Amino acid sequence: MITNQQTRGKESTQGMNRYLSAGARAIPPSGIRRFFDLVSASKDGSIISLGVGEPDFVTPWHIRDAAVYSLEKGKTQYTSNAGMLELREEIASYLNKQFNLQYEPGNEVLVTIGGSEAIDLAIRALVEPGDEVLIPEPCYVPYNPITALGGGVAVGIETFAKDGFRLTEEGLRAAITPRSKLLILSYPSNPTGAIMSYEDMLPIARLVEEHDLIVVSDEIYAELTYGSKHVSFASLPGMKDRTILVSGFSKAFAMTGWRMGYACGHSELIGAMLKIHQYTVMCAPIMGQVAALEALKNGMEEMYRMVESYNQRRRLVVQGFRDIGLDCHEPQGAFYVFPSIESTGLSSEEFSMRLVRDAKVAAVPGHVFGSGGEGFIRCSYASSVAQLTEALERIGQFVRQLK
Amino acid sequence: MNEFKLKILDLLKEDARLSASTIATMLGADEVEVSAAIAEMERDHVIVKYATVVNWSKVDDEKVTALIQVECTPERGRGFESIAERIYLYPEVKSVYLMSGAYDLQVEIEGKTLKEVASFVSNKLSTIESVIATKTFFILKKYKQDGIIFEEFEGDQRLLVSP
Repeated sequence: MITNQQTRGKESTQGMNRYLSAGARAIPPSGIRRFFDLVSASKDGSIISLGVGEPDFVTPWHIRDAAVYSLEKGKTQYTSNAGMLELREEIASYLNKQFNLQYEPGNEVLVTIGGSEAIDLAIRALVEPGDEVLIPEPCYVPYNPITALGGGVAVGIETFAKDGFRLTEEGLRAAITPRSKLLILSYPSNPTGAIMSYEDMLPIARLVEEHDLIVVSDEIYAELTYGSKHVSFASLPGMKDRTILVSGFSKAFAMTGWRMGYACGHSELIGAMLKIHQYTVMCAPIMGQVAALEALKNGMEEMYRMVESYNQRRRLVVQGFRDIGLDCHEPQGAFYVFPSIESTGLSSEEFSMRLVRDAKVAAVPGHVFGSGGEGFIRCSYASSVAQLTEALERIGQFVRQLK
Repeated sequence: MNEFKLKILDLLKEDARLSASTIATMLGADEVEVSAAIAEMERDHVIVKYATVVNWSKVDDEKVTALIQVECTPERGRGFESIAERIYLYPEVKSVYLMSGAYDLQVEIEGKTLKEVASFVSNKLSTIESVIATKTFFILKKYKQDGIIFEEFEGDQRLLVSP
């Protein structure tokens, strides 16, 4: 025995990689993470970061207070696996009011640990080895690795600035094969800020039906739209049963750290997701659920105030990039702009690296979001006006020096 | 007050240094219109002043602030107006409010020393004919003023780059 332990101990220093599952070994580290390390290495605090993917607001006080009060009262137990029924009822009623959707709180709503868990559950519940998952790109970074971990094959569908980064019927049709099973839609989009209208989605819905696909619709930014109201994919004719709606509280209610999300869909799909959820995490933390309930009950006014503020800053930043001379399509949702840096002749990686080094501004290189992202950078405008103004000033100087 | 002006006020309340052109971009409005609206609100005394909120405890130049509850007899026909005016004209007086409840006026005084404030109360304020009584409370520490929390600012806690 002793010999065995000694041997293993010795080998461990030579590389623990051999213990890893093929799945864990195969997924690459996040491109954002790599860039994060680079930015974090500069510790003097002089960097203005436009790389943050979260609101710059603190969770509204009444929401925090509701959680504190519930803790004081001793609410510290497990909840039902699917989440507190009262919260599921409130989610269903909120989705009905905002997006004209009808879900049965009892078996069509599942409260998860952030939207990320909901996406993971959907893929694990639905994907079999070799199944293809169609993902319009540029997209939120984790979709590809989550698909791979679930045994699926991620198939990127490039979208283009000329189409406002919307998924087109042609693009989807060209990507569909007999192995296609899921389509992940994510509008409003991180990183491009693109949204899709009812008319944009109709042909997509027809293709989904024709090819018997299931849609995972990540609508975490649904409340953050400027101009036209968000249309939920599940509200299209015939799409409710084919769609797993994923959303959460992080963005609209500035609740990123609470990790509160949910999934809604056909009871059989949600039921399968619930099984995985109960065996892995049991239930979402009760304090987060209490806070989420308060957010839905009394948080709309604050939310609209935050959205208005994002909208003001969006205009400022889009105008700022255009004044600098960089092409910038107008984002209609989320809180990112995705300007083109192609005219500088640099790759997005090199542009971002040099921007951090020379101008002390962090923006995320577009290529980390998949195909179609090269030639762009993602800048979040969830920062103060003073910071945004200073950052734009610095980017302007940097770009002028390049020319 | 129309919504356009309210939005301008909201932005200026947050940061008085915003230029008309920045405000115009943020509101998707015309710069000339924004400038005109600001000028109009300045003229109408809706915007009274552009001020800076200072945390004086961080500055060596120390100040003493006191809140004084003043009980007084209102004057026939003018109520508390003329007494309030007599008080607020003193430069030491930072604010004057007419209050409901146990006393009539709340006066905020700022001075260099405790003695200076005390002598203002005994020599200037208490000697006004209609003033019946005063109670002086010195402010020991300011935690929040005009909606701004003084000690809370800890900088941006978010990761520099995140998905």
